[in-house]
Amino acid sequence: MQALYAQLLVGLINGSFYALLSLGLAVIFGMLNIINFAHGALYMMGAFCAYFLLSVMNIGYWPALIIAPIAVGIFGMILERTMLQWLSGLDHLYGLLLTFGMALIIQGVFQNYFGSSGLPYAIPDELKGGMNLGFMFLPIYRGWVVVFSLIVCLLTWYLIERTRLGANLRAATENPTLVRAFGINVPRMITLTYGLGVGLAALAGVLSAPINQVRPLMGADLIIVVFAVVVIGGMGSIMGSIITGFALGVVEGLTKYFYPEASNTVVFVLMVLVLLIKPSGLTGRAN
Amino acid sequence: MTAMTDDTLPVTPRTLRDEMIAFGIMTVLLLIVPFTGVYPFFVMQALCFALLACAFNLLIGYGGLLSFGHAMFLGTAGYITAHALKVWGFTPELGILIGTAGAAGLGVITGLVAIRRQGIYFAMITLALSQLLYFIYLQTPFTHGEDGIQGIPQGYLFGIFNLARPTVLYYVILAGFLFGFLVIFRTINSPFGEVLKSIRENEQRAISLGYKTDQYKLLAYILSGTLAGFAGSLKVFVAQNASLTDVHWSMSGEIVLMTLVGGLGTVFGPVVGAFVIIAMQQYLAGFGQWVTVIQGMIFVVCVLTFRRGLIGEIAYYSRRSL
Repeated sequence: MQALYAQLLVGLINGSFYALLSLGLAVIFGMLNIINFAHGALYMMGAFCAYFLLSVMNIGYWPALIIAPIAVGIFGMILERTMLQWLSGLDHLYGLLLTFGMALIIQGVFQNYFGSSGLPYAIPDELKGGMNLGFMFLPIYRGWVVVFSLIVCLLTWYLIERTRLGANLRAATENPTLVRAFGINVPRMITLTYGLGVGLAALAGVLSAPINQVRPLMGADLIIVVFAVVVIGGMGSIMGSIITGFALGVVEGLTKYFYPEASNTVVFVLMVLVLLIKPSGLTGRAN
Repeated sequence: MTAMTDDTLPVTPRTLRDEMIAFGIMTVLLLIVPFTGVYPFFVMQALCFALLACAFNLLIGYGGLLSFGHAMFLGTAGYITAHALKVWGFTPELGILIGTAGAAGLGVITGLVAIRRQGIYFAMITLALSQLLYFIYLQTPFTHGEDGIQGIPQGYLFGIFNLARPTVLYYVILAGFLFGFLVIFRTINSPFGEVLKSIRENEQRAISLGYKTDQYKLLAYILSGTLAGFAGSLKVFVAQNASLTDVHWSMSGEIVLMTLVGGLGTVFGPVVGAFVIIAMQQYLAGFGQWVTVIQGMIFVVCVLTFRRGLIGEIAYYSRRSL
């Protein structure tokens, strides 16, 4: 049973990353009509940002948790201003191709300077060790990742679904022209939205740095799984993305325990099943 | 299916004439390659990728469907052909046939799943399906995992042509490429191709005219996958191996890149694009990972400023259809 709980915890952690990343993808898709293929590369940049802060400037984990998402978010906003904004009105396949190119550039540059092997990032002192819950041993850092990701996801949900800013955002998603007529600066909102989505990816990167090591290709395969998560959940609802992300992480963890050979593929198989039964995705609106 | 022939536009003689001339020039150029001293293996490899890109282009350029998983056809057919030649001792023609048939079967299965969503989702689904296959091939024993299937015997095609001789192999690959190219050329100039184009332009309207667009899209997907598999089977004879790199998402990305550089929806663009990208990889092989960065930059530049691609630009400014 110990092993089962341990795999469930791993599943919840992976689920946190799926949730944070698919949330960002959904928010970006809503405003920009672009599937951000560079999301995995920007997640990786978040982890590298934390690594730099620690190894070069001796700035620790806690400041990095704030600085890295902001830094990568600003980088993302520059990408949006200089490149992505020129694609509005074009077929959204071009957005996928452009961001795929951006991902190749970012990952290639990092691979040139750091090779493909992993760089270690130490767990902060405050979160070292673990506690015995009676039925299992819980490493504190891992518990922290799950709880903190859940809080960030729920805050993002609150921001978009329950605040005035979020209401403007949702309105601009539905009808940008009309929202502009009300005097709201929609292009700026689009840029900030991209920054927010990218910042969430970078935050996931920082969180994963002590667990999964820091590697240039850490986001490359992850993003494909997240695409499958997005197809399963549908991008219609924020809460749907969060729940689907966590749920699929748990399913993956369970698979690792009961049938480890299929743990790499279970999310994709589920995607096929969902497509056959409910093509619009679990929470998606039929189109 | 009476609707297939009714409302379609006739192909104008002008269009076909330009394309016929271009086809003639291309064929002559490719026929004289062995006499020019150009390294034949480079051209053979480029021809396989050219056919692959043409097959991919049939789907996106004429059907409007972006498949981000076309490497799965390349890799699957390659593995099957390689296994049939090496382990079962099949003759080359049977090996190609069974590899291509395998890709067709894969096209049916994945097509039924993928066409259930449109547009951007279609790209994500095909990518996820190819990643699923990647992990399956990583784990099944017959692919030999990271090592791949190596040292594949080339054998005698139809019992006569010795494929171990570079010149013979070159003309066999060229014949295969021209055959695949003509199948695609015929398809896009057929009533079926015209319906496909109408779906790309306005699917709702095509539906309202009574076309079962899902069937057209599925058929185009299967045809594209089959031809991509045919290219994969041919490539086995050139590379003499079948490995995981052929199924990886980065390979799917390269196929997209070749077509984008040459020109989406042009007849000859994917061929030119494939030669450009393969040549680039050859000349820049010493630069390691910078090749990836350069490919990424080409993607960015093409999408931002050069969406018609090389052949698309030429066709646009010379007002010809190529």
